[in-house]
Amino acid sequence: MESLEQIKIRLEAAVPGAKLEILPNESPSGQHSLLLDNAHAVALARFLRDDAQLRFDYCSNMTGVDWPDTEITSKVKVKKVIDGVEKEVDEVTKTARPGFLEGVYHLYSMAMKHGPLILRLRTGNRKDQVQLPSFTPVWRSCEFQEREVYDLFGVVFDGHPDLRRILMWDEFRDHPMRKDYSEPDDYEYEPTPHDDVLEKSKRHQAAKGTL
Amino acid sequence: MSVATESPAPRNYEVVPKTSPEGSELDGELLEVAMGPQHPSTHGVFRMDVVLDGETVVKLKPVFGYLHRNHEKIAENTSYLGSMPYTDRLDYFCSLTNNWAYALAVEKLAGLQVPERAEFIRVITAELTRLQNHTSVCGFLLQDMGALGTPLMYAFREREKILDLFESLTGARMMCNYMRFGGCRCDLPPGWLDRVRKIVGDFPQFLDSYEALLNTNEILLARTQGVGRLPRELAISAGVTGPMLRACGVDYDIRKVDHYGIYDRFEFRIPLGEQGDVYDRYMIRLLEIRESLKILQQALKEVPGGPIIDPKAKLRSFRPKVGEAYGRIEGPKGELGFYLISDGSPNPYRYRVRPPSLINLTILEDMCLGQSVADAVVTLGSVDIVLGEVDR
Repeated sequence: MESLEQIKIRLEAAVPGAKLEILPNESPSGQHSLLLDNAHAVALARFLRDDAQLRFDYCSNMTGVDWPDTEITSKVKVKKVIDGVEKEVDEVTKTARPGFLEGVYHLYSMAMKHGPLILRLRTGNRKDQVQLPSFTPVWRSCEFQEREVYDLFGVVFDGHPDLRRILMWDEFRDHPMRKDYSEPDDYEYEPTPHDDVLEKSKRHQAAKGTL
Repeated sequence: MSVATESPAPRNYEVVPKTSPEGSELDGELLEVAMGPQHPSTHGVFRMDVVLDGETVVKLKPVFGYLHRNHEKIAENTSYLGSMPYTDRLDYFCSLTNNWAYALAVEKLAGLQVPERAEFIRVITAELTRLQNHTSVCGFLLQDMGALGTPLMYAFREREKILDLFESLTGARMMCNYMRFGGCRCDLPPGWLDRVRKIVGDFPQFLDSYEALLNTNEILLARTQGVGRLPRELAISAGVTGPMLRACGVDYDIRKVDHYGIYDRFEFRIPLGEQGDVYDRYMIRLLEIRESLKILQQALKEVPGGPIIDPKAKLRSFRPKVGEAYGRIEGPKGELGFYLISDGSPNPYRYRVRPPSLINLTILEDMCLGQSVADAVVTLGSVDIVLGEVDR
């Protein structure tokens, strides 16, 4: 298989205007991934599937990842003059990173027997811009997996033929795989609550104002 | 005393309209049937909402989630090792291959090496798992077609012998919880390999009698040939894996493609089908059993001594470096993968199971459209699903 850099160059040539970025992976697995921009994602995916040298005809795994708002602290060594002496001082910079939801695709080629190529797509934020383009028209195997990501993470896939909840029931409100998910207050009366159940009943009564 | 002597008047049955060349008043009415979730042919709590025109399926929507317990969320709140026993419960027929897939993903994530002896034990246990899964699935398929009891019980008799081996090795018949990151949990008990050799040596005889009983059975041929056909291109696009994919004639076996573990040292063939129908899937499974027996015979010849776990592997306070890894194996049902993201803490940040049973169901509707309801049952039986894995 061509290296990720070569694939990136060929993709940029094939789909003009596409913005791509290689995201390095520091673990020993060495599985680096390619971040696509949402506007050109489907065209890029079609190229990856149909290109004679790549032929990624098989999308093995599709999943979501939730990245809430965080502060990234990075230490940079800076030379500073303190009391007339030049010293190296650690300067800690904190940058707030807004949260987003991520779709991860693992592609393999059954025809050429190579892979994996890992694609990533990112939403604008976690609240109102949660749309991603659907890859179901390109690879049918995404059908149920994208429904699962919609159900558990709340990513809305544009172009999906049948986007419904798959594991949770239709009336369910929240998205359980998000990191900030809190379980609903589904306490049922028990005559002698104890331990966890007692805590739960106290919380329930406090919420209802009957404590 | 008066006795009624009159004979009872003939009852007035409502006349059911019969189909005539002009058609009846019932023509064109579609019937919606919910097959399941409590239906013996759905192999667990699984529902198919079927729309029927007469007996022909015109629409089929699978409904999941009855066994959903959010395995992935639970694993994200548990240590890496803590999820190992829980992987047994995914596909409860094949706990040892589930263990292996998870251990493989963590080994990729943390860069662990597996000692030679552990690799051999892994291959032996995984191929034994494949033997018992494929024999039972063929039994279940026959059960769905109305061969009540006999084929399934023959298969279960052989399966029980293999489960006895698992019990003496791991302490449990089905929930084995045997593999660890960088090796296996405990060494083989004395005489275990001889017992495996005996069972592997006797298995072809059972298989011959099983095939002689069933393969040319007229009912089996009539119910499976040309039923549930799956085109090759659709199978690849829909991510179908395992025996279902190879029944369509696609040469793709992860044991040959990835050479994970030590599979490159063994000689075995990949049986391929032509038509992609239920009969091909049934035959591919039987042929794969024979190939698994070949692997077992080669592996049993040369099990080396030595440690069974990487001495560098830590079980407690195990914290892989920041990064991610996707590890996959050829499970008996298809490609079983685990995708892990580590943020340097003792729990995985993201833990994802790629369930072959769920993804093989993507094309269930395409296979069943235009067939009769009875064939839909057989088609589902040939997919080989376990609901613990479909719903997670």
